[in-house]
Amino acid sequence: MSATKPSLSAALAAAVLASAPVAHAHKMWMQPSKTVLSVGQWITVDAAASTDPFVRDHRPLGLESLTITAPDGAVLAPANPATGELRSSFDLRLDQPGTYKLAMVRDGISASWDDAGKRGRWPPRGQPFSADGLAKVLPPTATDLKVVRMLSRLETFVTAGSPTATVFDEPAEGLAMQPVSAVNDLYADEPAQLRFVIDGQPAAGLVVEVIADGIRYRDAVEAMELETDAQGRIEIAWPRPGFYWLNVGTEDRQGSAEAPYRRLSYTAVLEVLSP
Amino acid sequence: MKDFRFLSMALGLAMTAPGVSAAELALSIELPRIDVAEYHRPYVAAWIEREDRSVAAQLSVWYQLDRPAPSGAAPRGESGTKWLPDLRQWWRRGGRDLAMPVDGLSSATRPVGTHVLRFDAGSRPLAGLEDGRYRLVVEAAREEGGREQLPIAFDWPPAAGQTLDARGRSELGAVQLQLTP
Repeated sequence: MSATKPSLSAALAAAVLASAPVAHAHKMWMQPSKTVLSVGQWITVDAAASTDPFVRDHRPLGLESLTITAPDGAVLAPANPATGELRSSFDLRLDQPGTYKLAMVRDGISASWDDAGKRGRWPPRGQPFSADGLAKVLPPTATDLKVVRMLSRLETFVTAGSPTATVFDEPAEGLAMQPVSAVNDLYADEPAQLRFVIDGQPAAGLVVEVIADGIRYRDAVEAMELETDAQGRIEIAWPRPGFYWLNVGTEDRQGSAEAPYRRLSYTAVLEVLSP
Repeated sequence: MKDFRFLSMALGLAMTAPGVSAAELALSIELPRIDVAEYHRPYVAAWIEREDRSVAAQLSVWYQLDRPAPSGAAPRGESGTKWLPDLRQWWRRGGRDLAMPVDGLSSATRPVGTHVLRFDAGSRPLAGLEDGRYRLVVEAAREEGGREQLPIAFDWPPAAGQTLDARGRSELGAVQLQLTP
C-alpha cells in the first residue's frame, strides 16, 4: 500500500485505467446446481462468460485454471469436465463434510504501448509474457510503455453438512474475500457481511458490484454498489433469494520490477436461500 | 410393610432428584390430505429454539429411511438423506450437524392424519431445558410440493396447563402444543 503517497498512487492507478481497454466486457461466472447439501451428494457446475451473469449466451470458461479445494485442504479433480459452445461444466461429489472452494485464478502479464498514435499490445491472449519476448516485438519508436500484471480470482462455494472456513485459511495473493457470514449460510431475511483483502490486508474504499440472477426476466440489471469500509467489509441486504454475482476490482503499484502495475479482480458467486 | 417401604423410597427419589419435574409437552401435528396426482409423504421436523434462534432441543424428524435392498438386488439409487436440506430451517438449525439416522429422533415419513408426540421434562430431549421463553418450530417439505414452517412461542416450564394452536396453510394442518405442569 502506498499509504505515504496517496495522490501519486491514485494518479498512477488512473493512468493504468485510462490506458486499458474495457476490462471485462463480459462477466465471468461459475454456477453450482446447489450450494447447500448433505454429505455424499453430487453437484454439477456451469462456467461461462456472458454480458449478464448466469445467462448462457456467449462463451465457455476454460477449465484448465480450475482448482477445487476440499474442506480438509485436498485438491480434487472435477468429474466429467466438458466444454461446450456456450458454457463449460463439471461435476463433483461432496464426500467430505464442510465447505468446498471452486476457484479459477488467472494470472498473466500484458504490455501495451503507443507507437505513433497506435496502441500496441503483447502478448496475444493465452500466450505467456516474457521480457525477452517483449523486447523482440516492441517497436523502437514506442512510447508510454505499460506492463501490467493481471490477477483475477473467480470463486464459488458449496457445503455438505455444516459450513467450515478452512478453505479461506490459505493466504491469497491479490484481491480475495474473507467471509464474516458463512458463504453457504445466506438467507434473504438476514444481511450478510463479507470482507475483502488485498494481499491479506483490508481492502478499504473499493466498490463491490452485486447482481442478482434473473436479469433476463426484469427490465433493469438492478446492480447494487457497496463500498468497503476501513476493515474492507460490506454488508449486503439481499433483495430476494437466488444466485448472486459479486465483483470488485482495483489497480495498484505492488507489482514486480518486470510488471510494476497490478490489475486485481475478485468475483464470487453466492446462493441465498429463502428463510 | 414391605410395599410401604418401597413406595416411600420411590417417592423420596422422585422428590429429591434434582431438576426433575413431571411436566409434559405433547405435540400434535396434522398432515393434511393434499389432492394431487403424485403425492409423496412430507419430510417433517420439529425442534425447540431459544429466543436467539439457537436450538435448545431436537424433537423429531420424519424422512424417507433407506430400505435395505432385497437380497441379491442392487442397492437403491438415492438415499433419503439427500432431501434433508429441503427442510431448510431445520437443516441450518442443527439438522446438518446430525449423522442420520438418530436414535429416538428420526423415523420414517408418516401418512396423512394427526400424529401425537409426547415428551417428559425429565428425559431427553427435554431434560436440561432451562427455564425460559422458547419457540417450537414445525417444518414440513414435500417432494413435488411446497414447504411450510409454523412457530409456536411458549414458556418453560409451564406454570399451568396450556394448549397453544397454530394452523398451516399448505403443507401443515393443525399443530397443537399441549403443556402440562
